[in-house]
Amino acid sequence: MSDTSRPGPVTPAPDAPAGQAADSGTAGPSVPESAASKPSAPAAVPDAHAADTDTEPAASATPAEPSAAEPPEPPTAVRPTWLRARPRPRAYAWVALSLLLLALPFYLDRFWLQAGLFAMAAAIGAIGLNLLTGATGQLSMGHAFFLAVGAYGYCVLAGGNEVESGHQLTGFGLPTWLAAVLAVCLAGLAGGVFSPIAGRLRGAYLGIATLALIFVGQHVLFNARDLTGGFNGRSVPPLSLFGFDFDDAELVVAAVPFQSMEKLWYVALVALLACGLFARGVLRGRPGRAMNALRDHRIAAGVMGVPVARYRAAVFVLSSMYAGLAGVLLALVFQRTVPEYFGMILSLEYLAMIVIGGLGTVAGAVVGAVFVSLLPQVLTRWSDALPLVSAPGTGGVSPGEASRYLYGAAVVAVVLFLPGGLTRLVPSSREKK
Amino acid sequence: MTTFTELLLGGLSMGSVYALIALGFVVIFKATEVVNFAHASLLLAGGYVTAVLHDDLGFWPALAVGIAGAAVVGSAVDFLVMRRYRGSDHSVLAIVTIGVDILLTTELTRLIGTDVMALGDPWGDRVVNLGEITIAQTRIAAFAAAALLITAFLLAFRYTSWGVAMRAAAENPQTAALMGVRLGRVSMSAWAVAGALAAVAALFLTVFPTPGLERATSLAALKAFPAAILGGLDSTTGALAGGLIVGVTESFATGYQSELTFLGGGIGDLAPYLVMLLVLLARPAGLFGTKELARV
Repeated sequence: MSDTSRPGPVTPAPDAPAGQAADSGTAGPSVPESAASKPSAPAAVPDAHAADTDTEPAASATPAEPSAAEPPEPPTAVRPTWLRARPRPRAYAWVALSLLLLALPFYLDRFWLQAGLFAMAAAIGAIGLNLLTGATGQLSMGHAFFLAVGAYGYCVLAGGNEVESGHQLTGFGLPTWLAAVLAVCLAGLAGGVFSPIAGRLRGAYLGIATLALIFVGQHVLFNARDLTGGFNGRSVPPLSLFGFDFDDAELVVAAVPFQSMEKLWYVALVALLACGLFARGVLRGRPGRAMNALRDHRIAAGVMGVPVARYRAAVFVLSSMYAGLAGVLLALVFQRTVPEYFGMILSLEYLAMIVIGGLGTVAGAVVGAVFVSLLPQVLTRWSDALPLVSAPGTGGVSPGEASRYLYGAAVVAVVLFLPGGLTRLVPSSREKK
Repeated sequence: MTTFTELLLGGLSMGSVYALIALGFVVIFKATEVVNFAHASLLLAGGYVTAVLHDDLGFWPALAVGIAGAAVVGSAVDFLVMRRYRGSDHSVLAIVTIGVDILLTTELTRLIGTDVMALGDPWGDRVVNLGEITIAQTRIAAFAAAALLITAFLLAFRYTSWGVAMRAAAENPQTAALMGVRLGRVSMSAWAVAGALAAVAALFLTVFPTPGLERATSLAALKAFPAAILGGLDSTTGALAGGLIVGVTESFATGYQSELTFLGGGIGDLAPYLVMLLVLLARPAGLFGTKELARV
C-alpha cells in the first residue's frame, strides 16, 4: 500500500508549485492587485501539508475545507515576514518567462511560431486530459475525438456553404468568435452524451470504451462529407474578434510584419493562461479534492458524500471542453483540418504528455505538452545535424519516428525513475519548508 | 441464405482469431492485473518475424520462430519493464504499456514501411465448396487452429500445475506467493503465452482474403480489445464469447454493407466498437466479467 500511494495521494503537493508559480506569473506583468492575494498563498500551506501527511486520501476530500479556516493562523503570523525578507527567484523567473513569451513573435520565424502554437494548443488539451486521467484517474484514449469535434465544429459553424475541390460543403456562416465558443460547447455536449458510459466505467474498461470514440470519430469524419469535407478535410476560416482579423493579412507592429501566426500567438497565450488558471482553481478547490479522492479511493469518496457517477461525468465533460478548445486552436493554426490527424496516435500523444509532464497538475500538462509537441519539430529542423536521424523519406529513422521513440521511452522511464513527471525536477518551494 | 451462412461462417472464423488475441489479453490481466495496451504490437512482432523468415526457412519453421519470437518479446516486456513496476498503481501500469506500445509499434511500422508482406502460408487463395457455400481454406484453418489452441489452453489452465499457479495468482497474489507460487514466473509465462497466441492470430489476420502483413494490421488487432471488454476482462469464457460476437458482427456489417449505406462506408470496422458500447451500457463489467463487489 505504501508503494501504491507513491504516484497517488501525493498530488496535493505537485499542484502546489503550479499554483504558486501561476500566482506570481500573473502578478508580474499585469495585475498589481494580486499582490494582495499573496498572503493567501502561505495561508494555504498548512492545508496542503495536512493533506500531504494524511495517508487516507478520502480524509483530504472534504474535511480539509473547514480545517483550512482556523488552524492556519499561527504559521501565517510568522511566514509573511520571512517570505518578504527573502528575494523570490521564482517570481522573477515567471516575470522573465512571461516577458519572453510576449516578445517571442517579434523574433521567431513562422516555423517556430507555428510549433509554439501547436505546443500551446496541445497544452490546453493536455490540461483537460490531466483533469480527467491525472486528477480523477479516469483513463481516456478518446481525447483525439473531442479535439476533432472542436476543430470540425468550428469549421462547420464558421464556414459558409461553399464548393471546395469539387465538393459541396455545408456551413452555418456564424461569426467566428461565436463559432469558436459553440464548438467548445459542442465538444462538451459530445462528452455529456458519453456520460452514461463515462460515469459508470473506470480503468481499462473506460480506456477501451473511449477507444471506440476514436473509431466513431474517424468514421464520421470520413463519411459525413458535406460537413467535414471527407478525406481532403476542410479549410478553416480565420478567427475574427471585435472586427480584428487573425488572418494572413500583414500588419506591421514595431517594424515586424504580423501574420496569422503572430496574431494567433497572443490569442493562444490568453487562452492557455485562462485555461490553466481555471484548471488550477478546479484542482485546488473542493472539486479537485473530490476528484483526487475518487481516484485514490472511490468507495471512500462515495461514503464521504462525493457523488461518484456525477463527478466522473462532469469531469469528462470538462475535459472534453478543454479538448474542444484545443481543437479550435489547432484548426486555426493548421488552417486546414484533415481527418487522419485525429487518430489514435494523437490520443496516445496526449497521454504521453501528461505522464511525462506529471499526472494531476496543470504545470505537468503544460511541460509535457511542450516536450512532446516540440520534439518532432526540433528533430525535423536539425535532422541533418543529429546522428541516427535522417530526413523524412530517405529510409532511415525519420524525425517523426525518432520523436516517437523518445517520448515512448520517456513515458516508460518517467514512470520508473521520476514518478510525478518532469515537473518534479524543479523542487517546489513548499516541500523545502 | 447462402450469403448469410457464408458470412456467419466467415465471421465465426474471424471471431475465433479475435478470441485468440483477446484470450492473451485476458490471461495477462488475470495473472498480473495489467491491462496490456501493447498487445497489438506483440501481434505485429510475431507476424513480422514470420513474414521475414518464411522465404529462407519455409513456412512452418518460420511460423514456429514467429510464435517463439512473439513469446520472447512478450516475456521481455514483462521482465525488462513491467517487473520494475510491480506493486504500482494499475492505471499507471496501463500507461506504461502504452509507452511500450508506442515504442514497439513505431519500430515495427518503420520496418514494415509501406510494404505488404506475404506470410507464405500453404493455403493460398484456395476455397472449399460445401454445396452452395464457398469458404476459403484459410478461414477453415483459422477456425481449426484457434479451436485447437483455445482448447489446449483451457485444459492447461484447468489441469496443469502452471494453470493452477496462474489461477491462484489471479485469485489472490499474496496468498499464492505465500503458498510458494512464484509470481514472477507466473506473470512472465502469461506474457509469453499471450505473445504466442497473438503471433498465431497474426498469421490468420494476414492470410487470404486480406492482402498481407501491413501497417494497418495492428488496427485489425485492436478489435480484440472490444472483444475482451465486452466479454468481461477477467473471464476466459468472456474472451471467447466476445471474440465470436465481434467477428460475426464485423462480418455481417461488412457483408451487408450495401444495404447499410446510410451508415457510410467501412461500417464493418466500426461495428465491433458500437456493439461493445451497447453491451457496456447494459452491463458495465461486460457479459461474463465479475461484478465488483465492495464491502464498506
